Amino acid sequence: MDFETFLWTTFGAFCTLAIFSFLYKDNPFYKFAEHLMVGTATGYFSVLLWHNSLYPNLFAKLADGNWYMLWLNSSAPWYLIPGLLGLLMWTRFSKQYSWMSRWPMALYIGISAGLAIPLEMSNRVNKQLYAMMSDISWGNFFGSGLFDPISGLSQVIILVGAIAALAYFFFSKAHTGAFGGLAKFGIWILMIGFGASFGYTVMARISLFIERVQFLNRSWIQVAFDSSNTNHHSGYIIAFLVVAMAILAYIVREIVAHLKKSENIS
Amino acid sequence: MKRQIPLVLVLIFGLFMVIQYFIPHESSEWIYEYLLDWITIIGVFALVLGIWSLFKVNYDKISQRKPDRGYSLVLLISLFATMFFGFFAKVDGSWGLHFSTADGLQSYMYRHAYEYIIRPIQSTIFSLLAFFIASAAYRAFRARNVLASLLLAAALIVMLRFNPYLGPLGDYISEAANWLLNVPNLAAKRAIVIGIGLGMVATALKVILGIERSYMGKG
Repeated sequence: MDFETFLWTTFGAFCTLAIFSFLYKDNPFYKFAEHLMVGTATGYFSVLLWHNSLYPNLFAKLADGNWYMLWLNSSAPWYLIPGLLGLLMWTRFSKQYSWMSRWPMALYIGISAGLAIPLEMSNRVNKQLYAMMSDISWGNFFGSGLFDPISGLSQVIILVGAIAALAYFFFSKAHTGAFGGLAKFGIWILMIGFGASFGYTVMARISLFIERVQFLNRSWIQVAFDSSNTNHHSGYIIAFLVVAMAILAYIVREIVAHLKKSENIS
Repeated sequence: MKRQIPLVLVLIFGLFMVIQYFIPHESSEWIYEYLLDWITIIGVFALVLGIWSLFKVNYDKISQRKPDRGYSLVLLISLFATMFFGFFAKVDGSWGLHFSTADGLQSYMYRHAYEYIIRPIQSTIFSLLAFFIASAAYRAFRARNVLASLLLAAALIVMLRFNPYLGPLGDYISEAANWLLNVPNLAAKRAIVIGIGLGMVATALKVILGIERSYMGKG
């Protein structure tokens, strides 16, 4: 790794440690990294939206030289309409005219809501119902063991479990008798599902944590002291020490402040 | 005028988008494509409102000399610097701000802002959740009744599935965890997804028919 890349990595390591410092408490390092993240990410994605969405979808189409109207030289002059509607969004800056921003908002909401109805029905409801009603493999009912996820028994549990979980959320009928039993089975299935999802999420976060520790160890600390690196010089260790000393100084300051506080109390 | 026109617009465009889905004709698809472009354009214009709001809140903090104004300065500098480098590029041998070409996206500073600032901070924030989720688990996982015990057992089995110290028991736990994720978890997820789908359709219908009007705000 060359020195320039190492300096960037050092900054990345500093940001990583600054965010981890929140585990102790809200502190200047964390606040710095947090504000840096918000600013950089906003700038980054704004530019990305300009280059990938606004310019090709609006400005490029209004000036592609195929059709002349007013000062435009465009193949699709009707793209002026969303452009003007987009500008109307900015009437929010004025108290007097802010009501005009409802027009583009209404267009946006109307199109999105209209689009959502068939797509939600197709992608969420119908496809899930279709999958639930697929043939149960009665010939392979017990599969290769108790925990065979493709056995007929497992398919029956998925079907009955999903119906039972839906029954639990059906409040138009009292949860008593056979229906109550079904709803009770539904909440069992839901709790097992939530538990499994929770465990899965915990493991995913732990994996991320391990990845961050590996980044600090392999890409930063080991590189800082790696004398086998042909580019290696004292600058690597100095850059590492600057970050390490800054964090150490903060920890010492906190310990001293804590000791002073406990002395005053006693 | 102030409230009726938006309601009519929502009704017309909402119904049109529902109906066009069932018309397999190229003119229907043509309008569909155009309207999708339109909402993308309007959405990007709306982003400016958010950036302005972010700028104003932080600029006010600096100009009013409020405590922690230094962090606001960091935010504004990083915001404008990243934007600048996203447009600043060398095109045809000359450096400058280029809005019509995407060369800025390949610039050194813009790429490094993502690689060494956004990416490490983002993944660290997500990994922080490992600690908070552990403390939440300590509070939630008390086997007070059958349901809490089911939750606890399912989570423990899934968490133990990659544990290398369980010996031959590890294989059974791994198999059980796989089954839990693919069978009862799938049944629960399926019910929830169906519920979400129906809820989204109901909400969309309320919006189109003008029953739900909160998007218009007050006034």
